[in-house]
Amino acid sequence: MTLDAKTPAGPLDKKWTSFKNTAKLVNPANKRKFDIIIVGSGLAGAAAAATLAEQGYKVKCFCYQDSPRRAHSIAAQGGINAAKNYQNDGDSVYRLFYDTIKGGDFRAREANVHRLAEVSNQIIDQCVAQGVPFAREYGGLLDNRSFGGAQVSRTFYARGQTGQQLLLGAYSALSHQIALGSVEMFSKTEMLDLVLVDGHAKGIVTRDMTTGEITSHAGDAVLLCSGGYGNVFYLSTNARGCNVTATYRAYKRGALFANPCFTQIHPTCIPVSGEYQSKLTLMSESLRNDGRVWVPKRKEDCAKDPKDIPEDARDYYLERKYPSYGNLAPRDISSRSAKEVCDDGRGVGPGGLGVYLDFADAIKRLGKHVIEERYGNLFEMYANITGENAYERPMRIYPAVHYTMGGLWVDYNLMSNVPGLHVLGEANFSDHGANRLGASALMQGLADGYFVLPNTLGTYMTAQFGKKVDAKAPAFQEAVDAAKARVQKLMSIKGTRSVDSFHRELGKIMWDKCGMARDKAGLEEALRLIPKLREEFWSNLKLLGTADGINMELERAGRVADFLEFGELMCLDALNRNESCGGHFRTEYQTPEGEALRNDDDYAFVSAWKYEGQGTAPTLVKEPLVYEEVKLATRSYK
Amino acid sequence: MKFNLEVWRQTGPKTEGKIEKYEANNIPAEASFLEMLDIVNEDLTKKGVEPIQFDSDCREGICGNCSLTINGVPHGQGRGTTCQLYMRKFRDGQTITIEPFRADSFPVERDLVVNREAFERIMQAGGFISERAGSAPDANSVPIPKIVADQSMDAAACIGCGACAAACPNGSAMLFVSAKVTHLGLLPQGEPENDRRVLNMVRQMDKEGFGNCSNYYACEAVCPAGIPASFIARMNREYSFASIKQSVGIAV
Repeated sequence: MTLDAKTPAGPLDKKWTSFKNTAKLVNPANKRKFDIIIVGSGLAGAAAAATLAEQGYKVKCFCYQDSPRRAHSIAAQGGINAAKNYQNDGDSVYRLFYDTIKGGDFRAREANVHRLAEVSNQIIDQCVAQGVPFAREYGGLLDNRSFGGAQVSRTFYARGQTGQQLLLGAYSALSHQIALGSVEMFSKTEMLDLVLVDGHAKGIVTRDMTTGEITSHAGDAVLLCSGGYGNVFYLSTNARGCNVTATYRAYKRGALFANPCFTQIHPTCIPVSGEYQSKLTLMSESLRNDGRVWVPKRKEDCAKDPKDIPEDARDYYLERKYPSYGNLAPRDISSRSAKEVCDDGRGVGPGGLGVYLDFADAIKRLGKHVIEERYGNLFEMYANITGENAYERPMRIYPAVHYTMGGLWVDYNLMSNVPGLHVLGEANFSDHGANRLGASALMQGLADGYFVLPNTLGTYMTAQFGKKVDAKAPAFQEAVDAAKARVQKLMSIKGTRSVDSFHRELGKIMWDKCGMARDKAGLEEALRLIPKLREEFWSNLKLLGTADGINMELERAGRVADFLEFGELMCLDALNRNESCGGHFRTEYQTPEGEALRNDDDYAFVSAWKYEGQGTAPTLVKEPLVYEEVKLATRSYK
Repeated sequence: MKFNLEVWRQTGPKTEGKIEKYEANNIPAEASFLEMLDIVNEDLTKKGVEPIQFDSDCREGICGNCSLTINGVPHGQGRGTTCQLYMRKFRDGQTITIEPFRADSFPVERDLVVNREAFERIMQAGGFISERAGSAPDANSVPIPKIVADQSMDAAACIGCGACAAACPNGSAMLFVSAKVTHLGLLPQGEPENDRRVLNMVRQMDKEGFGNCSNYYACEAVCPAGIPASFIARMNREYSFASIKQSVGIAV
């Protein structure tokens, strides 16, 4: 099997324009005849649903929350990048493109990333027009701030709630289209399977989480905008409900899963405080604009009150190791450095798993009111969770799973190898390579939803005239029956262990063996442990109640069952990639200074995994990464 | 820590519910309220009792999914969502009553889960700026005074949880509606539709059965996003002008 990325010919900066100039179009009268199924209502899903409906398509949109406004994009804090260069500090589309490629450690597809940088400016225009209250300067113009991995200020923000405001913008547009009747919204409805008719994605199987009804929906194309799989680690900054089911089910139906081992560990989260913990809370990376990261130089000082540790006994390790980027070093590097100092015994707080993020200098320089204005809500959140006042005492932070760069493989049209199945936002693999830069997830979700997919969908749709599938086709009934049988099976195990206990155990395996640092022995160990745990799950799970109404344990059981298979795929991918790049750090492959050692000769490719059936190892399909514009370089932030 | 819980249990939207008593044992003081319920649910599962069903998702105070009334107060004591309430704020051995949000327009679906679709329909009635992707001018073409943008952001911070309606003795959703009317109404981009927006949203709110505002300010007291009740006054003013315009035949 070979993968065709369908990248348009021509110079890099002309590809998107020439694509649009020659893309196939569907005329407005014909768009009305097409039903588009969209799974997920976050930035990518809501933006795509609203935009396709504006264009005239008939859209059905599904989300598991009780309102599309609650999708987890809502929780993104820091900001959204764009190459506006409003700061006159040397930014450009090319620079945003280059920073993103370099930030991703040269493991992303050039043409997709360049397109992302190109449409970034339109996103800001679009969001302002729909009423997103971005931060402004006194003159009334938009304000910017800096984020990791960039030396320009290109991040637009709305206090510490940028994701919320962008999602509410997309949600408004979606609500408008629902009112007009062009989008039919299915909240509290979870996708359980993908339906293929003659090899094309033509529908989905869903469960109504209120009534328990399992049914199918037919459409002319399916868009998965279902987010990432960070919850495979149990503890992450994702919402409780985030899951891999939609994309994993598509994988089991033949869609290739690309780079599953590329996961992002965010450097600034509130440290874990106990076993009972259900999630980790992120403190926006924007805090690193003004906060300085440090630990004591000597282990003996770790238990001391931070204000009793004099300046010369502190190790500002990011500033020391990466003088030109300092505290704004990219996420993977900052996270790994935090792990290093903690492994060295110099961590602070309970269990020594924490480092300080100190605002004392910034408060002295700018005044408390400025810091309060910039990060007030984050400081409040921190105080609420930890009971500590970060204006007076440095915050304690530690890395946590935050984002997943891997996802279903897509071509330039955002279509997977399964015809008709398109994948947007965090659910696809395409733009962030092995590490995502801060404020780029919001950019990508909205780019895919507002501007990319609405232009590329026509490529597939123009070939679908007169090919409407019959919703009564046997494939639909078969998939519904299989989904019902699976739910029945989960309910009938009647063992002794709760869903969460399995999920926690899987999470611990993943964090220990496939987390911030990985090695061959650990990954092989994980590959032995996960199937055992899965076996126990299917023979010893305890679920109470019934399947014909609200049953949240049942919902979680279905998701955990998929994580228990998916975790294995992740470890396999990590084991296969014998190099370190971005968020994937294999301890066997590092420079003498402890930096990631990439191997471009053997691993400059996308690992796309093909499902081969239960109990059979998946096969690896490689998409070579060809760089026409940028020169592969060692990623240095020193 | 240890607590005596009195929890609302209801098997479905059409059945009658009642309070059941449970014990919460070995609860760490650092646990959040929802994590306390997770621990209780693990316990119940072990004992063969169906776990308590409650909504939650982000667990960091922003998605607005959690909808518990704790000791009679939506989201419990302090200002924040249920998920941001920590057990160290309670006394060891305290009795805690847990009910769903109570408002006629939020029917209970099961245990602590309520249906808030009424809010969706209010949003669909006018909570948007009619604008197509691709049609926007440059983002800096219309300067907006910082003070206006900041106030708009204050209103936009609403998380749509519904605590305002649950706290109001009249079951009014005026704080929720006024937040959206203010957020969009203050911005030059939202201005062209201001009259239509406020009329349509308020009328939909009435149609959903939410009550009127009689200045209790309970909504403001429980709002996790700190939306001030003064926005309601602002909305009333906009609504009055818009409805007068309409009544004398001026198109809105």
